Amino acid sequence: MQSALDTGNTAWVLTSAAMVLLMIPGLAFFYGGMVRTKSVLNMLMMVMGSLFVVGILWVAFGYTVAFGTDTGSGLIGSITENAWLTNLMADAPDAALPAMAFVAFQAMFACITVGLIAGAIADRTKFSAWLIFSALWATIVYFPVAHWVWAAGGWIFKLGVIDFAGGTAVHINAGAAGLALAIVIGRRVGWKKNPMRPHNLTLVMIGAGLLWFGWFGFNAGSALAANNAASVVFVNTFVATCAAGIGWLVVEKIRDGHATSLGAASGIVAGLVAITPACSALSPIGSIILGALAGVVCALAVGLKYKLGYDDSLDVVGVHLVGGLVGTLAIGFLATDLAPAGVNGLFYGGGLDQLGKQAIGAFAVLFYSLIVAGLLGLLLKYTIGIRITKDDEVAGIDLTEHAESAYELGESGGGGVFAGVGHAARAKMEVE
Amino acid sequence: MKLITAIIKPFKLEDVKGALEGKGITGLTVSEASGFGRQRGHTEVYRGAEYTVDLVPKVRVEVLVDDENADTVVEAIVGAAQTGRIGDGKVWVIPVDSVVRVRTGERGSEAI
Repeated sequence: MQSALDTGNTAWVLTSAAMVLLMIPGLAFFYGGMVRTKSVLNMLMMVMGSLFVVGILWVAFGYTVAFGTDTGSGLIGSITENAWLTNLMADAPDAALPAMAFVAFQAMFACITVGLIAGAIADRTKFSAWLIFSALWATIVYFPVAHWVWAAGGWIFKLGVIDFAGGTAVHINAGAAGLALAIVIGRRVGWKKNPMRPHNLTLVMIGAGLLWFGWFGFNAGSALAANNAASVVFVNTFVATCAAGIGWLVVEKIRDGHATSLGAASGIVAGLVAITPACSALSPIGSIILGALAGVVCALAVGLKYKLGYDDSLDVVGVHLVGGLVGTLAIGFLATDLAPAGVNGLFYGGGLDQLGKQAIGAFAVLFYSLIVAGLLGLLLKYTIGIRITKDDEVAGIDLTEHAESAYELGESGGGGVFAGVGHAARAKMEVE
Repeated sequence: MKLITAIIKPFKLEDVKGALEGKGITGLTVSEASGFGRQRGHTEVYRGAEYTVDLVPKVRVEVLVDDENADTVVEAIVGAAQTGRIGDGKVWVIPVDSVVRVRTGERGSEAI
């Protein structure tokens, strides 16, 4: 029998899946460079740990909950249809894209979305509680929300909301969960009093670079084909990010007097977040406008936590929640029917219709994730505990949760006179 | 015998070492230090949040000398470490009761 398999599309989707996987260590470096020397390993471990957990859940039941046949409500896919994926192994001659290629691609989205949350609760979260939270939040929030937004039977999809690669399902979703958890867990010891400077800005920039590279898989791969739409999306993703980098740096230069490397790296991510839902709906000019807007708005939004008093350590709210909202809502203004999505926004004569839909999708996901993540955080807080002790936090979470220290620079161990903790720990082990 | 301790700007270490070698000093101890004097700290800005960094990185140089050499060594250090700008550091001298060279057991000036 003649196979309908499209090898070009399949190759692109599998390649894109691997590119999205690379975003996960990229995210770990981006976050890891921003924390202090004593908690960088824990940050890497949180991001990679949630990858392990969610990856297995995706195969077990995540895929079928998200993309199984809708149960009729628009809220959730069939739980049994594709459990463990055993039924998807056989070659389907009439499928242009193997089901497993789509499974693999979407698996990475689930894993990175959970990892994004870790930045809001850096330096202080019990590793075991984080892994349990990852499993519960993925199950109760991400898998159903992915169904709402992307599955043919999902209610947000059917409403006509445009979210090409995850403004709502990934970024608003993770940002809202980060906000809830940061509030439930509480501020770090010494927050606002002690300087908590990023310990390695070169690592932050390496992470931002890996994220940008992988994001082409994230966005252009979401076309699920090596075609014109993927190419338009690719260019929009590229140019919006450039504009966001400039937007963020201009705000810094005017407000603080200096354009910083952390600002450049943050602008990159803010632009990528904002263009994610919109990359199929905008022209390249629209993408530049959106990117610049996202860079400016996110650069201003990261200061909110100091005014409102929640310790969103690495600005998951300011970058992902706010950036996701900017991108999702901007579609209502900037969409042009010349782009692959084929919809006109307000500025292109499309009226308010699309903007209304975008707002419903964005805020439904925001509040659902915020509430459920908050409840899960409270559940963990009052059962196994979600936070390490104050003493452990001050000593450094790398040492107390993982019995490691990241940097061993000096010959006497510990890299300089003020960083001897690794050496002390090793000496203790040798004594025992 | 005297112990001379100098807190200097890190980038001045090579100049100070050179000056001390010129004065016939055969040994010294260098360590990283941090602190502040009248310069206080400085301000850094990350994502719009200002951080006041009180402690500035410095290098601490320690030299043991005979009493009669103390003044020339202090002058050599000050001469080499001076930039004339705020934050150049300090040098102080304290008396030392005894010194022992670990390898040979020599004591006093012999051990310096």
